[in-house]
Amino acid sequence: MNLRALPLYITIAIFLAAYVICWLQFPAMLSTRVIGNLLTDNAYLGIVAVGMTLVILSGGIDLSVGAVIAFSGVFIAVLLRDTGLHPLVVFALLLALTTAFGAAMGFLIDRLAMPAFIVTLAGMFLARGAAYLLSIESVPIQHPFYQSLQSAYWLMPGKGRLTLIGVLMLATFALGIVIAHKTRFGASVMALGGGEATARLMGVRQGRTTVLVYAFSGAMAGLSGIVFSVYTGSGYSLATVGTELTAIAAVVIGGTLLTGGSGYMFGTLVGVLTMGLIQTYIVFDGTLSSWWTKIVIGLLLLLFILLQKGLLRLTQSRLAAAP
Amino acid sequence: MLLSIRSLTKVFPGTRALDGVDFDLRAGEVHALLGENGAGKSTLIKCLTGAYQRSEGTISLDGVEIAPRSTVEAQDLGIGTVYQEVNLLPNLTVAQNLLFGREPRRLGLIDARALRREAREMLARYRLDINVDRDLGSYSVAIQQIVAIARAVELSGKVLILDEPTASLDAREVEMVFDAVRSLRDKGLGIVFVSHFLDQVFEISDRITVLRNGRYVTTAETATLDRVRLIEHMLGRTLADDVLHSPPPDRGPRPAMLSFKGYGRKGVIEPFDMTIGQGEVLGLAGLLGSGRTETAEVMFGLRPAQTGEARDTSGPVSLGSPRAAIAQGFGFAPEDRKTDGIVADLSIRENIILGMQARRGWTRPIPRAEQNRLADDFIKRLDIRTSGREKRIGELSGGNQQKVVLARWLAMNPRFLILDEPTRGIDVGAHAEILRLIHELVGQGMSLLVISSELDELIAVSNRVIVLRDRAQVAELTGAEISGQAIMRAIATPGGTAAETMERAG
Ligand SMILES: Nc1ncnc2c1ncn2[C@@H]1O[C@H](COP(=O)(O)OP(=O)(O)OP(=O)(O)O)[C@@H](O)[C@H]1O
Ligand SMILES: [Mg+2]
Repeated sequence: MNLRALPLYITIAIFLAAYVICWLQFPAMLSTRVIGNLLTDNAYLGIVAVGMTLVILSGGIDLSVGAVIAFSGVFIAVLLRDTGLHPLVVFALLLALTTAFGAAMGFLIDRLAMPAFIVTLAGMFLARGAAYLLSIESVPIQHPFYQSLQSAYWLMPGKGRLTLIGVLMLATFALGIVIAHKTRFGASVMALGGGEATARLMGVRQGRTTVLVYAFSGAMAGLSGIVFSVYTGSGYSLATVGTELTAIAAVVIGGTLLTGGSGYMFGTLVGVLTMGLIQTYIVFDGTLSSWWTKIVIGLLLLLFILLQKGLLRLTQSRLAAAP
Repeated sequence: MLLSIRSLTKVFPGTRALDGVDFDLRAGEVHALLGENGAGKSTLIKCLTGAYQRSEGTISLDGVEIAPRSTVEAQDLGIGTVYQEVNLLPNLTVAQNLLFGREPRRLGLIDARALRREAREMLARYRLDINVDRDLGSYSVAIQQIVAIARAVELSGKVLILDEPTASLDAREVEMVFDAVRSLRDKGLGIVFVSHFLDQVFEISDRITVLRNGRYVTTAETATLDRVRLIEHMLGRTLADDVLHSPPPDRGPRPAMLSFKGYGRKGVIEPFDMTIGQGEVLGLAGLLGSGRTETAEVMFGLRPAQTGEARDTSGPVSLGSPRAAIAQGFGFAPEDRKTDGIVADLSIRENIILGMQARRGWTRPIPRAEQNRLADDFIKRLDIRTSGREKRIGELSGGNQQKVVLARWLAMNPRFLILDEPTRGIDVGAHAEILRLIHELVGQGMSLLVISSELDELIAVSNRVIVLRDRAQVAELTGAEISGQAIMRAIATPGGTAAETMERAG
């Protein structure tokens, strides 16, 4: 077995174990209803985490995504309120905008050889500021098309609702898996995360790859913004503060190495669902403060970082002990 | 002419790494590119493959002028390269590394099964049967090197460039690489071969071009050159007295300084007994993977021993970590200096004083004047080619970086110093200097453990030689018993094949 896959297996095991514990305490947790809600409630987070996974695999980070989601919501709401454009047209405009925004950040990171941390931090302020400029207040969205989006779902056996946005998240993950693990572009991303200088010598087009990675993350943030606006039915410039950090947490819990070059897109899905599961448990319990979610996520994060350190040492000593 | 380079010049801030160099490569020849550390060999190669942009000059391939702006472009032109600072990516699998950028695809997506199959076929040519789905980083340096060569060979439609490809390979692996090189040559490829192993150069090359200080010196048919003339071209002077053939050191018994009893670690090295005398050089011989480096690592506390004890003249010493070992006056210049040794962004001076400073504690800085004196002294003694002591070590040539790492340990003036392949990648001139330095150090009473694959070198410096095989000591040769033949005999594993040896190395 490849040691690299171990964090993924552990993530899956933790998720299943946690689910069993929840189910033993609240048998109702094992229903299509809960599963449907898990997907719906975490759709926006999952989608943005797909972009984040690719960025982290490449050895970078994207702190702008939370702000971009908020901007997207406000952008859509204001445009729908003030112009007669169809939501689909607005979506297309928005996606073009956020993709270009991500690409621009990638371009700066590459050309100026600046840390991604700084560039995307600037991007975060910029996007948040742009959202304020459009509107400080929460803007409701009341377009009939939106109502049909919100009520689009398939009824699963057991009365669970598989919503459109939940399906969209799963589809995004499928796309992410293909891009990260099945394309030459994905291989270039992994190579960059493994070591820029070597990757360049091996023939990775570093500039192009970096731009594409952040463009992809920008696109995912835009898509996540659309989903979030469908989910909440409004656009608000103060929304999704700190979502970028939650997404990073999901990626790390999913077993991706924070320093890049190693990890699995599927792990991130499990990471997102694990976090969602904790939240659901707290809702079911009813007596626990929602802050417990954060505490448990914090502990999980710590566990995974320790696990990765341990694995690193294990690999090294195994290497040494040969074969 | 397959490839011709005319008046190639490359200027780095403060250095003229290449100055009007000409170089011709014919189809169907192995052309050795030689020169001292820092002569400009790697720079020439990088200008050729688009890793660096040249300052002046022209390069033409098949009569057409080329100017690759990136390594991909050079690859597309049919130029495959193994760079000196190896390597590939440890976080990708062997198969991904081998076929990176050319992965077989179906409907636009990477076909994992075909990828695995092609990778296995590529390695089979080198009689290497390993699991191609494992991360490259989990294999030994030797295997990684063969993978890098296999990849470059695959990419080279016209030209194959090998920058010190054999530095970490043992004799049998070198032969496998040479077999591949010869068959490519016979197919009409042009091959550029860089090495400091002159024996290998004479064995494989058809022509030799020598560079010195970034300038072109000469090109000659290998058959018309002898070793002495070649070294003269490289150094610009004759090598005074060849240390390799100077009389061996006095091999009389020494007062014991350190002794190890039943020292070992499970899965790393079998328990061994070893004594090291005051002012003695103990040589450690064996094939790759025989446990030479492991022995050193256990002794230095990098992988603490689980059994046995170590004593010096005043009683037991504890060597549970490198820190403890350093406190005991131990030093260890590791084999893989690229990853274990240097801090690329620090200057030469800072790298040299790093170890001393760490031992003194960071609250008591070494006075700057003292630092400068030390740095200048080692730059002179080890002949480190640099424009000054404040140059970033990452900007030095490969061989010169190694000298800096060596200088760091020497500066700490340990009582017991372990040198793992001290002359790997170091040119003939400096090679002799280092052997001379070893003689000088033991003269001052330092004890050394020298690990080397070059038997001549071991014989030239060692008072005693210990031979390892399969992670255990199998022989100890003293005094007149030390000879190349005796060591070879002790090393040889009956019935072992190269592939098996490599497996063990992995
Ligand atoms: N990136 C760089 N920046 C500045 N100077 C450099 C850089 N790379 C190489 N040099 C300088 O160019 C000169 C030639 O270096 P090069 O690496 O080509 O030597 P080399 O012949 O390959 O030596 P070796 O045998 O040690 O590998 C050296 O003086 C080195 O310090
Ligand atoms: Mg070099």
